[in-house]
Parts: sequence; structure tokens; C-alpha cells
Amino acid sequence: MLTGGTRAKKIGVLAQQGDFSEHIALLRRLDVEAFPVRLAKELEGLDGLVIPGGESSTMGKLMKEYDLTEPVRGLAKEGFPILGTCAGMILLAKRVSGLNLEPLGAMDIEVRRNAFGRQVDSFETDLEIPVIGEPPFRGVFIRAPFIERAGDAVEILARLPNGMGVAARQGNMVALAFHPELTNDPRLHAYFLSIVHGGR
Amino acid sequence: MDRGTWTVKSGLAQMLKGGVIMDVVTVEHAKIAEEAGACAVMALERVPADIRAAGGVARMADPAVIVAIMEEVSIPVMAKCRIGHFVEAQVLEALGVDFVDESEVLTPADESHHIWKHDFKVPFVCGCRDLGEALRRIAEGAAMIRTKGEAGTGNIVEAVRHMRAVMDEIRKIQSMTTDELMAEAKALGAPLELVLEVHKTGGLPVVNFAAGGVATPADAALMMQLGAEGVFVGSGIFKASDPEVRARAIVKATTHYRDPEIIAEVSKGLGVGMPGVDIKTIPQEELLAPRGW
Repeated sequence: MLTGGTRAKKIGVLAQQGDFSEHIALLRRLDVEAFPVRLAKELEGLDGLVIPGGESSTMGKLMKEYDLTEPVRGLAKEGFPILGTCAGMILLAKRVSGLNLEPLGAMDIEVRRNAFGRQVDSFETDLEIPVIGEPPFRGVFIRAPFIERAGDAVEILARLPNGMGVAARQGNMVALAFHPELTNDPRLHAYFLSIVHGGR
Repeated sequence: MDRGTWTVKSGLAQMLKGGVIMDVVTVEHAKIAEEAGACAVMALERVPADIRAAGGVARMADPAVIVAIMEEVSIPVMAKCRIGHFVEAQVLEALGVDFVDESEVLTPADESHHIWKHDFKVPFVCGCRDLGEALRRIAEGAAMIRTKGEAGTGNIVEAVRHMRAVMDEIRKIQSMTTDELMAEAKALGAPLELVLEVHKTGGLPVVNFAAGGVATPADAALMMQLGAEGVFVGSGIFKASDPEVRARAIVKATTHYRDPEIIAEVSKGLGVGMPGVDIKTIPQEELLAPRGW
């Protein structure tokens, strides 16, 4: 929330491809400035970055072509707040099975792409996520990945009933296998903004 | 776990936004498309320009072709069924394709009824020429819309006409007073609830791409600036002299559609584009867009 004297935080949403406008709309409801980022120069002056859902191979290629890969890697190393959803989680990972390009390697997680199968296997389900409390969060999983392995520095924020990790935090980075931007529930974006604001 | 819900179906279309969906007829094409940055491919036996040239009855592709492409690429694979041919759609769903295009490019199986798409777990995309047609398809369960254009012509004029028609009608409904909406719904032949939603939100309830005639990076950016949320490219890539280079260029122009300098840069040295067709020279009965209603 805006407080007297402080400027609104600026959140960039990578807009190579995918559902970046859904993230922007949700973030604007939470009283931050949010806008699309297509070129490296648009990363300047940001307080946080979102890597949206979409096709990870398309997004990764366009990031590379337009010189965004290394600057975003650099930001991640500096502890910059980054939220990745679905394709965003894939791109943040250290290793990905089933991806024809190198991910950013920002988080110490190994992720399997299209882990649940094809679109007919996509699903929604209620998730218990302790860091946002009750009620459960409606997780929308679309050709979604899951976390196969996570390093010691990674905190798993949510699991499916079968134990698969589908949400994780490492430092100021949050990766979600599902799409909070497709729901009307702003709690996970608010959680990310609490990191941007320096809280925990 | 709830599968095949409206959120999950329309959500996949949202993931495709800002991207290019490319028609492919072989595994090699599919690889080129994925490498170029396509957000999905449409698996076909023939691209629309060849379907147009061949004449006769155009049907769903051979499942063997579709499966081979599904096994080759990791991006979503779409496939076309004939308008009203719900068994072809059942077959495509059983194969595990990610999206079904109930398409006017194939010969319609039913001249009165489109498929009742709510019965399926797989999402559908359907073509439209105006807002009424778009809302009828959405009411039947289409999770994504594309303007029809005139497929296989390499001529953008019909795609522009259809996108302008949809966007103009949305703006008109948005500016109407509530008491005018019932008459407008009647005039459009569209369900009132969806007209009310367009009035409230100022947009379609599902993602809308452009299709039918995109042949250059500038064509793709034109459709994006007119309001498309992504583009389908059919014959425009693999009927060009250098498909790889052209595919990459169209992907970049779709992302950077408001940046003329980038569009200029990617448009350089693309080789020869597909030969185009003047729509006026096509006999009325051979036009694809009027198929469906």
C-alpha cells in the first residue's frame, strides 16, 4: 500500500510473450506501477520483476535475442525480487528437463516441463500455502511444470497432495508452477510485493 | 483436481498471447517453427494455399501426421476439424492435441450447426468475421477466437476487415446505454449475457488472434496494432522462399509490434514471400471465410 512520502514501487513484467497483461492488471490493483518490459533498457529503475506464464521456449529465445538474459541473470544474483509463474518458474530454474534452451539458472531448483502431460491433463485444485494462510488458494495448472529437486537454500511454499513441490522461494525470488494471475485472488502477488517492500 | 474447466481451457489461450501459431505439415516444419519461437503449431496435411489449389473435400489430417508432430515438439500442438464434425473433434481430443480449431479452411460437415464445444475437455478455437459470430462461437464453448481473414491467399485485406469489424462493434457496444443492449444482441444474433459482458469489460471474454492472410512481419504487427492478441500464420511461412528467416522475423514483429524500428530491422532480406492472390479474382463459391455462420 502507498504510504505518505514514498513513491509507488515499479514492477516490470517481461512481455516477450504470454499472459503479461493479466499480471499487470492484478499488480495495479495492489497500488504499484506495473508495465511491460520488452527491451533491456526497460529494466532500469525497477523495484521488482515478474516473468509471466506463456511458452517458455518462445520467451527464452526472445529474451536472448534482445539481450535480456544476462541482465536478468545479473539482477537475480544481486538479490533482486523476481516472481516467476509457470513458464517463469521454468526460466528461473537451474535445470529443466524438456527445454531446448538454457534457463536463467537463478534458483537452485530442477524443474520438469509439461510435467502433468498435455492440455487435456491441465487442472485446477485448492492449495494450502502457509505463507498466505487461509483459505486455500485456487491453483490453476496449465501444461504446468513441477519441482523435481530443490537445493538447501530453497523453501518449498506449497505441495500437491502427492508431495510434488509447486511453489518455492529462494532469497527474494518466488517461483510458482501455477497461475495466480488467472484468478481474482491477489494474495500471492501481495506476498511478492511484501518481498519488494523489504518485509518477509 | 478438476480437469477441462473453463478457466483451464481459456487459460491456455491466454498463455499463447503475444505469440505466433504456425501451420506445419511435417516434423521438419514443426522443428523449424519451434526453433523460430512459435508459441504453438497447427498440425496439418496441407497448408491452406495447397488445400485451396487441390479443391475437393478437405478433412481432418491423418492422425499419424498429427502424432508425429506432437512427439517432435514440446510446444502446444493444435489440429483442425471440419465445422460441425464433432467426431473428428472427438478423435483429436483422443489423440491428445492441445487445441482443436473448428475451421472454415476444411470443408464444412454441417451447414447449420457448429460443434457444442462445452462437451469437450480439449479447448477449441473458432473463426469469426464479426462480433456476432465471435459471441455465438463463445456461447457454444469456444475458449479462443480468431478472425477468419481469407486463408491461403497471402492477402491481409480480409483479416483487416474482420478485425476492424469485431473491434468497431466492441467499441459501439461499450458506448451504448444498457437499455439499447437487448436490441443490439438481437441484431448481432448473439446471446444477451455475452453482449452485457462486452459492454461491461470493453473486450471479448476470450483471447482473440488474427488469421488468414498474414505473410510478412508488418502484416503481423498490423493485426496486433488493430487489436489482435497474437497471430496465426498459415501458408505465409512455408510458402515463402526462406521459411526459417521469415518465421523468426514474424515472431519478433509480433512481440515488438509497436516498435517500427525493430519491424524494419527484421523485415530486411527475407527473400521472396508467398505469391499472393487478389481476393476479387476468387470465385464467390471458393471463398473460405463465408463458411460457418
